[in-house]
Formats: sequence, C-alpha cells, structure tokens
Amino acid sequence: MAELYEELGLTESEYKDIVRILGREPNKVELGMYSVMWSEHCSYKSSKTVLAQLPTRASYVLQGPGENAGVIDIGGGLAVAFKMESHNHPSAVEPYQGAATGVGGIVRDIFTMGARPIACLDPLRFGNPEKRRTRYLLSGVVAGIAGYGNCIGVPTVGGDLYFEDCYDENPLVNVMCIGILPKERLIRGVAKGAGNAVVLIGNRTGRDGIGGASILASQEFDERSEEKRPSVQVGDPFTEKLLIEACLELLDRGLILGLQDLGAAGLSCACSETAARGGVGMRIHLERVPLREDMEPFEIVISESQERMLAVAEPDKVEEVIGVCKKWGLNAVVIGEVIEGDRFEVYWYGEKVADVPPSTLASGPVYDRPAERPAYLDMLARADLTSLQHPRDMGEVLVRLLTSPNLCSRRWVYEQYDHMVQLNTVVLPGSDAAVLRIKGTSKAIAVSCDGNSRYVYLDPYLGTQIAVAEAARNVVASGAVPMALTNCLNFGSPERPDIFYQFKEAVRGLADAARFFEIPVVSGNVSFYNESFGTAVYPTPIIGMVGLIGNLSHRRSLAFPGEGLGVVLLGETKEEIGGSEYLKVIHGRVAGSPPTLDLEKEKAVQAVCIEGIRRGWILSAHDLSEGGLAVALVECCCAGEVGAEVMQDESLHPVYWLFAESQSRILVTAKLEDLEELRELAASRGVSFRLLGKTGGDRLVIEGLAEFSVAELSRLREEAFLKLVEG
Amino acid sequence: MRFGVVVFPGSNCEADCYYVLRDVLGAEVDYVWHGESDIDRYDCLVLPGGFSYGDYLRPGAIARFSPVMESLKGFAEKGKFIIGICNGFQVLLEAGLLPGAMLWNESLHFVCRYVHLRLENDRTPWTHLGSEGQVLRIPIAHQQGNYYADEKTLRALEDSGRIILRYCEPSGEVTRRANPNGSVGNIAGICDEDFNVFGLMPHPERASEEVLGSTDGLLIWRSIMEHARGNG
Repeated sequence: MAELYEELGLTESEYKDIVRILGREPNKVELGMYSVMWSEHCSYKSSKTVLAQLPTRASYVLQGPGENAGVIDIGGGLAVAFKMESHNHPSAVEPYQGAATGVGGIVRDIFTMGARPIACLDPLRFGNPEKRRTRYLLSGVVAGIAGYGNCIGVPTVGGDLYFEDCYDENPLVNVMCIGILPKERLIRGVAKGAGNAVVLIGNRTGRDGIGGASILASQEFDERSEEKRPSVQVGDPFTEKLLIEACLELLDRGLILGLQDLGAAGLSCACSETAARGGVGMRIHLERVPLREDMEPFEIVISESQERMLAVAEPDKVEEVIGVCKKWGLNAVVIGEVIEGDRFEVYWYGEKVADVPPSTLASGPVYDRPAERPAYLDMLARADLTSLQHPRDMGEVLVRLLTSPNLCSRRWVYEQYDHMVQLNTVVLPGSDAAVLRIKGTSKAIAVSCDGNSRYVYLDPYLGTQIAVAEAARNVVASGAVPMALTNCLNFGSPERPDIFYQFKEAVRGLADAARFFEIPVVSGNVSFYNESFGTAVYPTPIIGMVGLIGNLSHRRSLAFPGEGLGVVLLGETKEEIGGSEYLKVIHGRVAGSPPTLDLEKEKAVQAVCIEGIRRGWILSAHDLSEGGLAVALVECCCAGEVGAEVMQDESLHPVYWLFAESQSRILVTAKLEDLEELRELAASRGVSFRLLGKTGGDRLVIEGLAEFSVAELSRLREEAFLKLVEG
Repeated sequence: MRFGVVVFPGSNCEADCYYVLRDVLGAEVDYVWHGESDIDRYDCLVLPGGFSYGDYLRPGAIARFSPVMESLKGFAEKGKFIIGICNGFQVLLEAGLLPGAMLWNESLHFVCRYVHLRLENDRTPWTHLGSEGQVLRIPIAHQQGNYYADEKTLRALEDSGRIILRYCEPSGEVTRRANPNGSVGNIAGICDEDFNVFGLMPHPERASEEVLGSTDGLLIWRSIMEHARGNG
C-alpha cells in the first residue's frame, strides 16, 4: 500500500492516521475513499481553522456553511440558496468540459437544497490575452459555460473577467448559482432513519473524473498536466435538466428525506457526508450501481461521473420515487440502506470491500500551516509612484484604458449566455449587478461578483476588504440592501508559508469586513494549488454578494437614463493610483498600495445611495472601480446611449481626478430639482457630494481634458474585445 | 381559447410561455406532456424553446418522434393553431410542418440579445393587430437559427406572403448587418400555407412585460387570441 497512498496524494502521517482509525491496514477501496475525502479539495484541511473566524449568522440565515449551499430567508415564505465554487484545474486541462461541469456541479448544489436554480454568474481570470493559449482557454471556457447553462435553462446573468499574466497556465473559472425556494421545501444532505433506502438517481457511472478532487484539484500543475485529461469529467446538461425537474418534483411530493449531489469524490463523499451529518451509517452494494463500462469497486466509489444524485427515502416511498424518475427518463436504483452506528459498509457481489467510520471520512485531518509574510509585499508597497511622468493627453489615456483587456466590452462573453430565460432578469448583464425579479411579489434580488486580485496581491488584508466593500456597493448601486455573501478563495499551495500568509490575511480581511457590514458568509469554497511550474496566481478571493430589493421600482442600472439630469459623484477622490489599471496599462507596473478603505465612509456612501434611490432622487447609479471616474462616465454614457458634460476638479491632477480608483464612490444621476435634497442627504451622513455636470447630447465632454462621441466610445470598447479574442 | 404548452424532455421555455399566457394575458393554458397524443381540447399549441433531448443529433431531430408530434399533424389539418418558438420552430421544421432547415449561426456562437424585426405580413391570425412594416423589438437566444431553404421554396414563401418576420435595423431597413445568424433573406419567422402554423426564432414570451424591457411580443399573443374570438 505504501506506493499506492503516495500515488493517491496522501502523506505518510495521513496514512498512519487511517491505520490508527481502522486498527488495521486499509484495503485498496478504503484507501481510495480516504485519499479523495482527505484531499484538500474535499476536506479543507489547511483552511478549516482559518475559516472558523468568518461571521456566519444572522436572524435570517436558514443555513450557513457546511451544507451544499447557504440559504437565507427573504420573507413572504421564500428563501434564496446560493454558493460559489471553482473549476479551475479541470478548465485548465480541458476548458470546455471543465467549465461546463463546473456549472453542472454548482447548479446541483442549489437544487440539492430544494431550490430552483434561477441564475448563474461566472467570475473568470485568464492570462495574457496576446497568448494563443489564453484565447483558446477563454473561448473554450465561455463556450462550455454557455453550452451547459443555456441547455439547462438557467440564465447566466453576470460575473466578471480579468486578464493578468499570473493566470497564463492556471486560469480561474469560478461559478456561482442562486436558487429560490418556498421555505418549507428546504432539504438537507442528510441521511436518517435506519432501514431507509438509499437511492442513486441519474447518469450511469463511468471512469470519468477518477480522482478529480485529489489529483487535479489538490496538486499544482507541471508538464504532466496534459496527462491528467482523463481526470476531467464530461458534462451532460440534458440529464441535468431532467434531474432538476425530477428532484424538485420528488420534494414537492414529499417523497424524500435527504438529498445530496455527487460531485468531487463521488459516492464516497455523498454517502459519508450524508451519513455523518445524520449521525448514522450506510450500507451500499456497488453491483447495483448502473455502470457505463466495466469497473472495479475502487473506481466505482470514487468516480466523479456527473449528473448523479443520492436520495434517502422511506421504504414505502421508493416505488413512487422510482416512478417520478422514470417519468423524467432517469435511472433510479436502490443501492443500499441507512444503518445504525458510525459505519460505512461497501459490498461488491456480497463481499464486503470496505468498512470505515463515515465520520472519519467526512471530517478529515486538520492542519495549522505555517505562514510567513512574503518579502515582495513591502518592496512593492514602497514603490515611489509620485515621480511618474504622466502623459499630457488625457483623451488618449482614456482610449488606451477603454480598449485595454480589463476594461473593454464584455458583450462577446455575455451574449453567448442565455441571460433572459425564466423571465426574471430585469437588469441585464453589463451593469453593476444583475437584478432578478421574484415573480408573484414586488421583490427582486441583486447579485454581483467581485474580486480585484491585483489589490489582494499588493495587500491581502486590505484587498479582500475592498472586494467585500465593492461587492456590497455594486448591489447597493442596483437598489438592493446587501443580505449575505458567498465566496471562492483561489490561492497557490497552502504548503508554502508565503502563500498561506496571503490566505490568512485575506480571510481576516473578509471576516473583518463582513462583520463590519453585518453581512453573514453563508457558503463558500477554497481552491488551493493554483500554481504552475512553481509560480502561484495572484491571491484571488472572489466575493459573491446577494442583496434584496423590497420594491421592484427601486431597481437601478448604471445607464444614464435620459437628458438634462445632474451627474453627481458621491464620495471623495484621492491621489491614489497604486494597483490601478492606469498604472498597469500606461506605465506597465503593478505596484504601490491599493486604494485606502474607510469602512465607516463606505457604509455612509452606501446608505446615502440606498436612501436616495428609495426617495426616488437617484435615477441611475454606478460604482466607481477599475479605470476610475473617466471609465465609469464612459460606461454610463454608452449604456444609456446619451452624452454628458462634466467639469474638472481643479484641486487634483487630472490623472487622479479621472483614473484614481479611490473606494467608496458612486456616480449617480438625479433630476435638477432633486439635487438640493440629495446634497442635504449626503451632508447629513458626512458624504462628499460633487455635482459634475449634466447628461445630454451625444458626446461625452470632460471639460478641457477629453471629448468623444458616445457612439465612437461604444465602437472602441466593442472592437477592442473582438480584436482581443480574434488575436 | 385554450392553449397547450408542449413539454419535451429538455424544453426550458415552457414555464415562461405558460406564465405569460396565464399570468400576463389571463388565458386558459395547460402543460401538455410530449407523451400525450390526445390534444383535441386545445385550440392553440405552443412548442416552446429550449433543448429538447439536449439538441443531441440535431435540434428537434429527436423531439419530432414524440407521440404528441404525430397528433400535431392532424391538429393542424383541423385548422387549429400551432406556434413554434426557437427550439419549437426547429422541431416544426424537422417534422415537416414548415419548410426549410436550420443551420448553425454564422458566428458558430450562441447569441442572446434583443433584435429588431420587420413585420412583413399583417394579414395573418398571428399578426393582424400589427401593421406591415412595423418594427418589433424582441430577444433571440439560439445557436442554430440560421434559416435555410432552397430558392424554389423561398420564392413560394415570398409569393404567398408566408415570410412573417425579418431581422432589420431599428429603422426597419432589412440589412446584412441586422442579421444576427446569417439566415437567408434575414428570415426570422414563417407560416405554413394556411397560416395556422407559425415558426419563429425570436422569443415573444420574453417581450411581453414592461418590466423586462419590451412588450412587442404581446402583438403575437393578442393577435391569435383575438382571432380565436372571431376578430381579425
């Protein structure tokens, strides 16, 4: 077994632990199960202790971390389930299937809770767009997300997309899904009641994705990565769509007690986790598992074949359960039963091939990894950015920024996604947050994904706080009150002290910001080992924020909604260009400190924005982020197909005025007659209010600095992206 | 007038059509499972969008063998109404209820966006509340919407006024630039010879409420409902 455990990714001390737990040497099947369940991906063994500091509670949280997804109560008998996950490594090896099965996995997590999936968002990170590999990965990933998401009829309504060289070999493909459910349909991934049946529903099991969690997701990349292609699962969205309908029907008819999807670590994970959560055991018979090909027991228990679900049902309901699945054209087979005691017994034609305590599979080891502040942090923070030679022509700078990979149009991406199916998308992609109305109510939810990894690279603690603040601000700019967040933490190897330092600091930043804003963290995912050839990606925590709009008429988009409106900047602009797009695009540097963040001021700006929207004064709102005020103005003009004329701020150098990425700023419009009241509201909260000018005409005029026709700006932004993908 | 919204395994716009008919328009509507063959109680069947049978093989290629499709032929012959939207249009083509075929979009990409459509014939049960030359703004969402038919068929369609909608500029001009998928003659929707079977790639159900950004799709629903009442 010695060679085998190493090959399976277990350490010697982990192997010894297994021997101690079992009181004997494990056999091959058992070892296979432990290896996947104790992988970083499934066990969170390096992150668990750090994540414990996250605030997870609020009166309206129905389910926090530890289940398939977090669930919050939004009133009126309805709840919202959501979670984010990564599918980075599979997408690096096989972009189409990697991304497609990422969508499939997160969607299953949502309907496993009894929720109907109503939207997906996909935060993506790729390497240098001038490289052919980047274009190959980008087009494959987008097509994979589209191919899967469009087919299952769940709209992909948002996400984001950034390019940085650090993602050349190791792109990030994160996927968030949101579902809605009547509260009473909430179900958990739990097995209960000895004698109840364990039913496997959905696709046949094959050799795809054998060891995906341990081999792909829990090791860095090297020249052998191509050989890992067989570890990537293959998606079948048609079956997934049938699974959604069948599972929701099973729940509506009250036929099942517990439901769990099969994802990473396949049957091993689904059986042991449901048993452990329910404090029971389970006995399964592998010869009953419908197979696609000849397989060994060892392979069957860890296969990651997609589109499979595990349900627990009372014996007298089994026939009906199978009937519902049949109607939807799905396999449903009783593969075992719930038993008493902490035992997971696996049989193969009557022979017992594994017998382990499921709680030990599900809990796994815990590591307290050493962390050490990396030297680069101080070096980059000390960089002198005050003596830079700024270009004179601000119009030219603006064009270069607008046509840069991180700021040009994303239309090419989101038009490949069906973002309208289900008839809920009332603010379409391209705004700060997607807004989804909830039929039959006056409510809507706003969702946004954010994470500027350059900031986090320069200052992990502050950068992550900014990610939380910006995600909240985006939701607020859409007219919603932030309710809860999910996250996906993408980092390098936790075994490296410098990386683990980044991780710990980022989580501390997340915890502090979430606590400050009183936004509970209800679900999340950690993806380590995002490295290739010894180099890690930027630390990339992505925040997925969900907010609630009580009255649909309060929804806002970034588009300037008409002519003759006052254009107002809420919040202060400072002399901050550290970590900015301006610094990267114009000076080719990633250095300095990210913009400062005053949490109190952030809260005040958000409060003014929400109040201004509720009073009907604020008619459009756009969070200022990468590219600063100038880029925000362009985005608002292009989206509204209307021009604007704005003044300079003489007290600041134009570079800071136009391109600083100072936080806690929102660009809003209001009718001229409402400006005074809005100004008073801002003053009452100590928020800076600056009237920049007026909307109107078909040109964007930044007095004395730049002037363009809106049509020209749109054309530049669109063409830049097409050039980027076409090479 | 009673509507039936057909549900194939893999349909995904059935709930949207049902919602618009029942909740927005107050019509009587049921879901019709693809395995049903008794469809006599309906006056109009809706074949919704989606990916019936995963679009495996070819969009609509498997769905056309469903029991409900057998009954559909007789249904049309009785002068009842059938509308196929997106994947539903593809199914109607595969079943031979409408002429022509669908190719992959020229871009080879799926495309979801609002398009402008020129109403080409306002003397049909589906469009009589509109006027010829009127421009409608309705979304599309498909990867295989590049309509193709041979010249003879095209001429026949043209001569008999069976081309109902064409992709156009916001001004109504039918241009190459306004064509989102490469379809021949910018065709977005056609009818059969008796004008009681209508297939179109755009999704009228997605443009039936102000809150979603357009109500231009209502013209189609309201036209057929008025027609059934004996008006138009």
